[in-house]
Amino acid sequence: MPRDIAVEKLDDFRWLIPKTGKMRTQGLVYTDETMLATIKKDASLEQVANVACLPGIVGRSMAMPDIHWGYGFPIGGVAAFDMENGIVSPGGVGYDINCGVRLLCSRLDAGDIKDHIPGLVNALFRNIPCGVGSRRKDLKLSARQMNDVLVKGAKWTVSCGYGSAKDLDHIEEGGCIMGANPEHVSERALNRGKNQLGTLGSGNHFVEVGFVEEIYDETVAEALSLHKGQVTVIVHTGSRGLGHQVCDDYIKLMLKASGKYKIDLPDRQLCCAPLSSKESSQYLAAMACAANFAFCNRQLIAYWVQETIQDVLQMGPGELGLSLVYDVCHNMAKIETHEVDGRQKQLCVHRKGATRAFPPQSPFIPQDYKEVGQPVLIPGDMGRYSYVLVGTDTAMKETFGSTCHGAGRLLSRHQAKKVAKGRAIVRELEDKGIYVRSAGKGTLAEEIPEAYKDVSSVVNVVHNAGIGKKVARLKPLGVIKG
Amino acid sequence: MKSLQEEHSAVPPKYEYIEHTADLGFRAYGTSPELLFANAAEALFEVLVSLETIRPKEERIVEVEAPGFDALMVSWLSELLYLFDTEGLLLNLFEIKRIEEDYLRATVCGEFMDPARHEIRTGIKAVTYHKLYVRKNDGMWETQVIVDL
Repeated sequence: MPRDIAVEKLDDFRWLIPKTGKMRTQGLVYTDETMLATIKKDASLEQVANVACLPGIVGRSMAMPDIHWGYGFPIGGVAAFDMENGIVSPGGVGYDINCGVRLLCSRLDAGDIKDHIPGLVNALFRNIPCGVGSRRKDLKLSARQMNDVLVKGAKWTVSCGYGSAKDLDHIEEGGCIMGANPEHVSERALNRGKNQLGTLGSGNHFVEVGFVEEIYDETVAEALSLHKGQVTVIVHTGSRGLGHQVCDDYIKLMLKASGKYKIDLPDRQLCCAPLSSKESSQYLAAMACAANFAFCNRQLIAYWVQETIQDVLQMGPGELGLSLVYDVCHNMAKIETHEVDGRQKQLCVHRKGATRAFPPQSPFIPQDYKEVGQPVLIPGDMGRYSYVLVGTDTAMKETFGSTCHGAGRLLSRHQAKKVAKGRAIVRELEDKGIYVRSAGKGTLAEEIPEAYKDVSSVVNVVHNAGIGKKVARLKPLGVIKG
Repeated sequence: MKSLQEEHSAVPPKYEYIEHTADLGFRAYGTSPELLFANAAEALFEVLVSLETIRPKEERIVEVEAPGFDALMVSWLSELLYLFDTEGLLLNLFEIKRIEEDYLRATVCGEFMDPARHEIRTGIKAVTYHKLYVRKNDGMWETQVIVDL
């Protein structure tokens, strides 16, 4: 049973975890009364409190409304650390470094593709490697190319002809995290990653073709080139085995480092090193490599999506008009400047299952979105809907410019399988107008819509709390899963 | 997969799965460290695929070092996962030849994944240190491991 953690209601969407025991700061959870009851059932609040015990934490240890029990940090966790006294923790980034989401929009309307969905989904399933062990036979990387992937990120992908240079403006950090140094990436990580570039992976990763079902803010939607009825594509994947191995390698190193620097850990998975240490610089350089691999991965998959749609619908790139709205990261530690007690301060912001949500006028968002803020993409479960939001000034002030990242699991995979037992999930979804193909036998059962919180309740909390602003809701038509 | 109900039977099962919202955990048991580590490896591969569908055709010698039994458990399982990730090796036989608190050598057997015969249940990203333990209770060894899916 999870330890009982006291919470105090601040308002309808904010709950405080008072400072107790070894906590260096308070915890703050964005949620509502109903979801809080569910959150209390697992150990995620304890994890928020544990993160608050880490050295050099600035502001509060925070959790977004999609919080659920992770390992070490909760999923949905946000924590910032001082560059001088603070730490970086590979467990606070997670195994799937730069797992993220990109949204593409098109010139087509839902009506144009309704009859082609099964053909389109089957073709996507053939062309985009998904599930354990699958790969594109036509993509083989030399050691030198792999080096370029890790250093240059999506810039490399674009220079090879996959997509256009203007895509880069619409990717967080321009699709390339600076400071990447492959010397700090192990041979094992390279081995695990070398056959996995351009693959979706398994679990909750997906490619989804859908359409804009609802617009909440016309002005912002127009700035993002979104309108009602328009066909969209979402790609959700990350850094695959390369990222997992980088995390694994550095957790081992950080376990030693935590001892060396005498950091008291409430959970070993939180192992970390001072940001001023050699171990931290090495991790951040390796993490940047994995993040760049993930940017390349999504760029490649998006390119094959475009090829596939053009092929199935027999149309040219101009007619299809598939363009990148934005690409965001969900699992990252980033060095950013934020205002703390009236002064600009450099911090290492950990977002573990959380999205950066920078406000209008931020110098770190694309010029064409300057007036509206950074797009935030929140995928839901495969049977309901996903959301597009934009970042806000409140997020910048309260959460180091962060907001939620998804629906958040409600049922464990085991429970989900029990609920799905004996049901024809594919048919149930087809009856709702959603055509699904999945590589893994268990994946569909584990990923049934009921396994997740209703993403609309998650999004409503961040919208009402002001740490994100609703722009549009997207509905799936066809999905491929790993 | 084995169910939680086996927890109450007189003879502990080789392993059982435990609930974790986002990921998956298991507890494995053994009358010796050798059996404990072998049973934990079975539990890991049973997450990926039905062990019954694996034929022991390929053999590998695995050697890992780590400070203490619990870190050794993570290193051992991570090594097996690495063999699957890089070579596509599905494993079902694990013979621990030598084990000390900081060292393990084993012979492992299995075969390369064949999509025609092996239905992969789910991918495993990594073996975590979260809530990890290896301990001995009344002559019975027990471990708890949570994997990231």
